[in-house]
Amino acid sequence: MGLEMARDPRAQSIVALHRFGLPSKLGSTDLIGDTRSAMLAELDKSDAALIKNDDLLSSGEAARAAFDFRQERKAARLAANAQSGAEKQQAKEAGSSEEKQPGNPGPGLPQQIYLEESKARLESALAADAGFVERLVWFWSNHFCISADKGGVRPLCGAYEREAIRPHVTGKFSDMLLAVESHPAMLLYLDNARSIGPNSFAGLRRGKGLNENLAREILELHTLGVRTGYSQDDVTNFAKVITGWSIVPLRQSPDHGGEFTFNPRMHEPGTHRVIGNDYEDRGFEQGHAVLLTLSKSPATANHIALKLASHFVADDPPRSLVARLASRFLDTKGDLKEVSKALITAPEAWDPAPTKLRRPSDWVVSSLRVCGVKPPDVRPILQAQNLLGEPLWRVPAPNGFSDNSTAWMDGLGQRLDIANQISRRVGDTLDPAAIAQNTFGPLLSNETKEALSRAESRSQALALLLMSSEFQRR
Amino acid sequence: MIHQSNRRELLLGSGALFAWAYLPRVAQAECRDPRFLVIVLRGALDGLATVAPVGDPDWQRLRGENALTTEGATAALPLDSYFALNPAMPNLHRLYKAGQATIVHAVATPYRERSHFDGQDVLESGFIRPGSADTGWLNRALAGLPAAGRVNARQAFAVGPIAPLVARGPAPVLAWMPPRLPPASNDTVSRLVDLYRHTDPTLANALEERSALSAIASGAAMGDTAKKPQMAPAIPGAAVRAYFAESASAAAKFMARPDGPRVGAVAFDGWDTHANEGATKGRLALLLAALDGAINALEIGMGDSWKDSVVAVITEFGRTARINGTEGTDHGTATVALLIGGALKGGRVIADWPGLKEANLRDGRDLKPTTDLRAVMKGILKEHLCVDDHLLAQNVFPGSQAINPLAGLV
Repeated sequence: MGLEMARDPRAQSIVALHRFGLPSKLGSTDLIGDTRSAMLAELDKSDAALIKNDDLLSSGEAARAAFDFRQERKAARLAANAQSGAEKQQAKEAGSSEEKQPGNPGPGLPQQIYLEESKARLESALAADAGFVERLVWFWSNHFCISADKGGVRPLCGAYEREAIRPHVTGKFSDMLLAVESHPAMLLYLDNARSIGPNSFAGLRRGKGLNENLAREILELHTLGVRTGYSQDDVTNFAKVITGWSIVPLRQSPDHGGEFTFNPRMHEPGTHRVIGNDYEDRGFEQGHAVLLTLSKSPATANHIALKLASHFVADDPPRSLVARLASRFLDTKGDLKEVSKALITAPEAWDPAPTKLRRPSDWVVSSLRVCGVKPPDVRPILQAQNLLGEPLWRVPAPNGFSDNSTAWMDGLGQRLDIANQISRRVGDTLDPAAIAQNTFGPLLSNETKEALSRAESRSQALALLLMSSEFQRR
Repeated sequence: MIHQSNRRELLLGSGALFAWAYLPRVAQAECRDPRFLVIVLRGALDGLATVAPVGDPDWQRLRGENALTTEGATAALPLDSYFALNPAMPNLHRLYKAGQATIVHAVATPYRERSHFDGQDVLESGFIRPGSADTGWLNRALAGLPAAGRVNARQAFAVGPIAPLVARGPAPVLAWMPPRLPPASNDTVSRLVDLYRHTDPTLANALEERSALSAIASGAAMGDTAKKPQMAPAIPGAAVRAYFAESASAAAKFMARPDGPRVGAVAFDGWDTHANEGATKGRLALLLAALDGAINALEIGMGDSWKDSVVAVITEFGRTARINGTEGTDHGTATVALLIGGALKGGRVIADWPGLKEANLRDGRDLKPTTDLRAVMKGILKEHLCVDDHLLAQNVFPGSQAINPLAGLV
């Protein structure tokens, strides 16, 4: 993949498809050759990021269903305990030694919702054309990550992504920021739902107080970036500003439990100074005003630009590219469609040879796309992502999964195991050489081509293709 | 774990559909309730290292230290005065001695090039040229099987997430899914490391480090591997043995049932031994031992039906007569077919032996084919499964009119 390759427009187009989008689906070759217009067209489709599926629950519905489910299961358990106690007594009296085994209750409703959402997300990625918008969804979902392992979040993960991320990937950064920080999943994940202003009505009465977690991560991870000049006082004051950003208690409201609410009884009264600006107490609008200021900050523009460039282009991206994206962000007041266009039209974004290792989720979805596999059951796919260290919607920490290739290098052996599983399932019915040609065109190295033709079986050839440097890097 | 897949809908419009036109109206008489399992070895089995022509004066000259002989610590098991079996296969040897195994040597399909995929396509489709059909000869032969009122008589059994091509076709396939698929073979790992070395050294290092770690984890301490330089570290021998035996047991279990399928197919990978072939104590020996274990599992699993069974072990082509520069063998032409089962008139090596003299080798490198594998398979289909000549020549092995079924195998 030398320089002479990079000058070939068709080769460049294929590099771009892998770098910014997802590889061609089995049997579709129409994108190769004009990736850039395909991606620009995707950005202009207003609903390209949305998942249309009426069966999926809103976050409020999911939270209430999970709550009802827990209540019912609790009641059933209590009833069963009472009954089995009575039966044991009867059995004892009748001299029988048989004891009734408690039945396995099966996966809970939160897990079922999680699985349905995972399936919808996978299907969306498998159906996408160029896949650029889907990749943007993944990027922003990881930037504003949450974890299913935090109490109450599991049934909300999918709805969070559909409600707070997808509608805004080609919209305004400030809108996405507001949607994310006021979403019940984020308020649970970073503890703001129970943060109480010390001088609020609830604070004075119950003697409880602030939780700074969300305020800190908004500054450090979601907007300005670490070490950009804010102080501990800024964090504390910002935390006070967003007290009351909470969730309708599930016990109190069968109709709106689990939805976002601004609770004035938890809100810290007064004007607060955050990074040099005073914000008057206007209830919910006080926090909204801080978020708007943050979204316009040059530090935020730089932070987002660097993250985008290192996610899509290179671990250590060209500075000129980062500067270009940051200025586009500022000039357009955080219009993400324009920033995304700047990313795929910047010459620096196309030039470097592919060096980044595909992240596991990207690699798994890409493998399924080129093989034309549409798994009927999403669980093996989730297991594969778990094994590869990138479990869906289950980040180990609020900074999300790493964008650095070396972080994923250790999992190469596991990738081989999974490539082997996939190719043993479908490899014998496919033509690996044709898939390689369809996927890489002139980028396919002679070495890889030869290794595929020399493989002892079609399934071995397919495993080698999925593991090849061409397929691992982008 | 069992799913029924009826491929008829998928094949509408394909030529295979016309097989139904030749459905015999009445069942032929005089057939027992036969079982026929095909084991496809993918990667090209070295027939000469499996059944060695120890009586051929040129044998040792060709293979040198790697030639199997009937002497020494790893002595081959004598079959007759001319041929001896790889010592990794004591079960096959026992069955051969009991008249329940027949070996056909210097055998090949009509394919004469050296590509695995195309060779496998010809082997399993039954057509003369690769890429001719998406159906296999075993499935198409089912149309000629006397139904005799039995359920499932025209159903094929297959192991694996997808049925081997030989079993695919218009007749429904009962597929059994092994609970665990075997791990990526060491062969795949070494091919990948080799590819990375030429294209991406960083990935080569990452994968090699991981392989070294797993070798330590699997108990192959550094000292051990130093003592056995032929053995690549971390050959998943146990996993391969388990997978072969498990697949064979499953096939036997289903096919032994009175209402079970009567034909089946299993494919085992890993036979492409280009480097460090290890015929007596390396990779090939491990694979042959695993195959021998599978044969044992079949005999046990078939129970009373073993007397009505034939198992055919076939491969896409053979390997070079000589050892190459990396202690392995390259793609060749003729090889062996192993026939095993209680229904056979066994205890024989069937070979029109071409000899190993320079002038007798095909292209100066391969064992020359003297028997057409289709004749052997047609012989079994005709005399064991009562499929008629016309169907065999027209639909099962199209264009094989001139190839007469080998008579007297069962």
